[in-house]
Amino acid sequence: MDYSTFLQILDSTFRLATPLLLACLAGLFSERSGIFDIGLEGKMLMAAMCTGAVAAISGSVWIGVLAGIGGAMIFALIHGLASITFRGNQLISGVALNFVASGITVLVAQALFRQGGRTPPLSGDARFNPIELPFAEALSSVPIIGPLYAEVISGHTALVYIAILAVPVSWWVLYRSRFGLRLRAVGENPASVDTAGISVVRLRYSAVIITGLLCGLAGAYMSAGLQAGFGREMTAGRGYIALAALIFAKWRPWGALYATFLFGFLQALALRPDVIERVLHFSIPTPALDALPYILTVIVLAGFVGRAIPPRAGGEPYVKER
Amino acid sequence: MVADTQAGRQHDAAAPVQAALAIELRGISKAFGSVQANKDISIQVAKGTIHGIIGENGAGKSTLMSILYGFYKADSGQIFINGQPTLIADSQAAIRAGIGMVFQHFKLVQNFSVLENVILGAEDGALLRPSLAKARKVLGDLAREYELDVDPDALIEELSVGHQQRVEILKALYRHADILILDEPTGVLTPDEADHLFRILKGLKEQGKTIILITHKLREIMEITDTVSVMRRGEMTATVKTAGTSPEELAELMVGRKVLLDVAKTPAKPGRTVLEVENLRVRDADGVERLKGISLSIRAGEILGIAGVSGNGQSELLEVLGGIEHGTGTIKINGEVIDLTGKSSDAQSRRARGIAHVPEDRQHLGMIMDFTAWENMCFGYHNDPAYQKNALLMDNDAIRADAEGKIERFDVRPPDCWLPAKSFSGGNQQKIILAREIERNPDLLLVGQPTRGVDIGAIEFIHKRIVELRDAGKAILLVSVELDEIMSLSDRIVVMFDGRIMGERLPEETDERQLGLMMAGVGEGEGA
Amino acid sequence: MTRLPRWADLVLVPLISLLLAGIISALVILAIGESPSEALKTMVVGAVGSPYAWGYTLYYATSFMFTGLAVTVAFHASLFNIGGEGQAQLGGLGVALVCLALPWPHWTLALMAAMIGAALFGAAWAAVPAYLQAKRGSHIVITTIMFNYIGAALIIYLLVNVLRPAGQMDPATARFPEGAALPQFHDIPFIRNLYLRYDGSGVARLNAAGEPIYQQVPANVTLFIAVLACWLVWLLLWRTRTGYEIRAFGKSQQAAIYAGISPVRITMIAMLISGALAGLMSINNVMGESGRLLQNSAEGAGFIGIAVALMGRNHPVGVFLAAILFGFLYQGGAELGLLTGIPIELRTVVQGLVILFTGALDHMVRMILGLFFRPRRTVVT
Repeated sequence: MDYSTFLQILDSTFRLATPLLLACLAGLFSERSGIFDIGLEGKMLMAAMCTGAVAAISGSVWIGVLAGIGGAMIFALIHGLASITFRGNQLISGVALNFVASGITVLVAQALFRQGGRTPPLSGDARFNPIELPFAEALSSVPIIGPLYAEVISGHTALVYIAILAVPVSWWVLYRSRFGLRLRAVGENPASVDTAGISVVRLRYSAVIITGLLCGLAGAYMSAGLQAGFGREMTAGRGYIALAALIFAKWRPWGALYATFLFGFLQALALRPDVIERVLHFSIPTPALDALPYILTVIVLAGFVGRAIPPRAGGEPYVKER
Repeated sequence: MVADTQAGRQHDAAAPVQAALAIELRGISKAFGSVQANKDISIQVAKGTIHGIIGENGAGKSTLMSILYGFYKADSGQIFINGQPTLIADSQAAIRAGIGMVFQHFKLVQNFSVLENVILGAEDGALLRPSLAKARKVLGDLAREYELDVDPDALIEELSVGHQQRVEILKALYRHADILILDEPTGVLTPDEADHLFRILKGLKEQGKTIILITHKLREIMEITDTVSVMRRGEMTATVKTAGTSPEELAELMVGRKVLLDVAKTPAKPGRTVLEVENLRVRDADGVERLKGISLSIRAGEILGIAGVSGNGQSELLEVLGGIEHGTGTIKINGEVIDLTGKSSDAQSRRARGIAHVPEDRQHLGMIMDFTAWENMCFGYHNDPAYQKNALLMDNDAIRADAEGKIERFDVRPPDCWLPAKSFSGGNQQKIILAREIERNPDLLLVGQPTRGVDIGAIEFIHKRIVELRDAGKAILLVSVELDEIMSLSDRIVVMFDGRIMGERLPEETDERQLGLMMAGVGEGEGA
Repeated sequence: MTRLPRWADLVLVPLISLLLAGIISALVILAIGESPSEALKTMVVGAVGSPYAWGYTLYYATSFMFTGLAVTVAFHASLFNIGGEGQAQLGGLGVALVCLALPWPHWTLALMAAMIGAALFGAAWAAVPAYLQAKRGSHIVITTIMFNYIGAALIIYLLVNVLRPAGQMDPATARFPEGAALPQFHDIPFIRNLYLRYDGSGVARLNAAGEPIYQQVPANVTLFIAVLACWLVWLLLWRTRTGYEIRAFGKSQQAAIYAGISPVRITMIAMLISGALAGLMSINNVMGESGRLLQNSAEGAGFIGIAVALMGRNHPVGVFLAAILFGFLYQGGAELGLLTGIPIELRTVVQGLVILFTGALDHMVRMILGLFFRPRRTVVT
């Protein structure tokens, strides 16, 4: 494999990892607060549709992003209502909302545009445009580093950089701020937070809202960054891959970065079977590459590669004990 | 503040009549559904004193204190803090009013450091760094002042129970608590740790803090409190000066009548040896050794009582004998060695050997709360051929008929085998389990805490049945934290401490004081 | 939480949940500019208005009974098996391999062999998550989700690279032999009379050979096997020792150990039965309808099993009724997609809402219902 092919794959790794990373961080905030969320998929889908639709109508991608965040937020709040206020089964709520999202996105898109459940193709300002980082042109002639900077690191859309920036920010919030301390505490032992006079409900809702926000960005990137418009089931299981990445990352922000880039890399490879064959001198069937993130996650879950211990109070509604 | 301290120092002299009150509760009532946990409770706690609240399990002590701490809202009543009527809507309000609480089950985050736990909810700003630095300094000061040393950077999960409790006290003091409530603080402590705790509490009192100690242990009340209030069935029955009362009087106030703990029984006629245990060792999931080489034996027709502070290996002993835990060493039943780790080391195999088990935790182990009474009556014996219709199907009619007989003979109320177990009172749940286990006519009956949370009437019934089984020539292993129960039921008493046997005594040749010392790990060793 | 009389909990909670889902769906239909009453009429006519309609509704219901029972058995062991979809697809593989292995002389023989294949393959796909849960404590919800994706990838690979006959374009196996075709309703004596085609004057139409012509419907003999499965699962859960142990384990793992019930054994048994039931669904669609294994053969029925089990309150009778309800929803939804401007995806929305209300917002539904019941005094100490 020559260097430029390698850079191409890295470049698409960046693009494919971005929605995974945003969704993974979304899940991280929720699960760290003790709310399991297997509804990342649905929230992303919802956001993708809202962004696609509103960006197409308004012609502005940023208004579209806001709509996407709004759509994901509504689903996040319903999940919060079920899991926090009514102490329902968080897993079932997540599954249910994924189905609702899968159906309602097509229904709305069809009602708005009558294009078979898709939103119209986005172009110009209705879509994210690549940002050239400074000196990309000038540096591109420097060997090795130059092309890497110009082709892989530069030239992505805003959300790619926002997603990567979200990693240190999440880390800082979780480990260096009062909010983060309380959030981590409520996911481990909500009674410790309650007896300290802090509202468990409010904390968990804040976490769920952050989840909605990040899922909104992830979905917006799907329909206005990675692709140009919303199509039915366009997230194609990315919410679940993000969930897998979260386990892989052991619920840590930097781990989320590594895990989603690993999975993004696998997805990028799956798009280039010719490259694999050239490098390995035999072909790996595409379905095997598609399944690899899931297989890796099962191996991690099985505890053969370091134990993944979820937040202790995860999945359990908080009830004051008598 | 100066006045508070003076009041604290004056308590040894007759307390001043108009002593300043730290807390006054007036007419507090609280119901959970149809259960009245607190009925019209009024209480006054003077500043700078240690005030004990004593009562049986379920008397409403913890509920009352949780109301004071803002964890629950009272249905009616008023709270005065330092003479001011105070509305305590939530824990934050209680903390602002200077109240700190150490719960029975600690409210700590296991994978946080001590410092992080201490500042949680009492941070000085949105950033953690300055709060942590400040807490580190304050903790150092508090440690020096009150014998409260804990490594501030240790994770909670690495600390012993005693140290975790200190973190809880530090949390309260860090929040400037003047009033400290401790709920059953010694239940999980070794005697050494308990002594240390009492020294800390006395030190806090010297500094003018007011302390409320909730317990059901008379000895602690007598040892450390200035005043004691007694609760029974949600009501406050009396408040007396500790110096002017006796354990006997308090016991009577607690249960509402003279405690008749003498069980009518004839001397035991021990027969052949049923159970022989040699060098039994058990490790828990974390690899900590809980049983450190136990050896004992029980003969047919005798009751061996195991005394000890809870958490000293008694539970593990029951569990390994009952096939719930694995262990190493030798256990022989009727002379035959049983498997302790392999395939047949489970509860089914134990039952097949004639071991019946009334577990300590009846609601989580002994029965399925959502199952009906009849389904629970065959729980653990559901493979018995008598309960099967054929190779595939169970004979539910036979099980129900059997259950109805047991319900009648053990006077389970209400006598309805279709009710789910959770609808019965604690005493009747215990009768269901006892009926199931005793009527199997086992060679060895394991009984853990047979009367915990059981009303007085049922206690006598249960004791009588256990003695009857002994008189029928069966071996019985009784584990109880209630010394009275051990003393009145056992034919021999073994005291456990820290996973070991401290010694053996005959009930008629010992007393509670001597047993208490052994339970505290002060071993003489010559009795074993 | 609000306590309701038992009958209200069993009957009213699912019905109110359904009503709420219906109301929201009606609002959605209104919002996209269609008429809810027209939609309902279309659904009723299209799903239960004729024997022909029932022929589809019951076809769907058959699949849902199996997957609903699969989720139910796992639920009773307090295991949430979201892997029904993957297990059903693998079951389809089992059916296909059996059906293609021999030139089957009669469908009864083929059916029995295919059932074993379906159950074994479905159970095998549940076995790994079950083992990981039992032995390593890996959360079964996550592992079964992962296995759905792994299963889908595996099937695609096999269909594209291994099982596809030479020269065929679409990723599917070869057609099953004649002897492996299950009788559909229009093949079964007596029942088929419902499906006679009539001419304008009410006389049955005949073909060139003088035989009557029947309308073709996908419902087939598997329905009777599904009903039998409902009864067998009821027997299993409430009349056998294994069922007793599954239910006890599901309520309290600690107590189960005290009673000598092995958690590993019960987790494995419950999941294997669950996987086998999900796999058996493939008899209906792969063998009874398409006659070959296609990509994504389960078409989401594995997931609908979750809704069916929740709606049916984890009882086989409830599952039976809920499966028919969802059969109605599926067939009716398809009719909507054909005859009105309402996309077929409406049924996914309803399915999600039913799961949401019965499984996650059930406390809210109970609270709403609680307003209509006076609080009952219950002894709790």
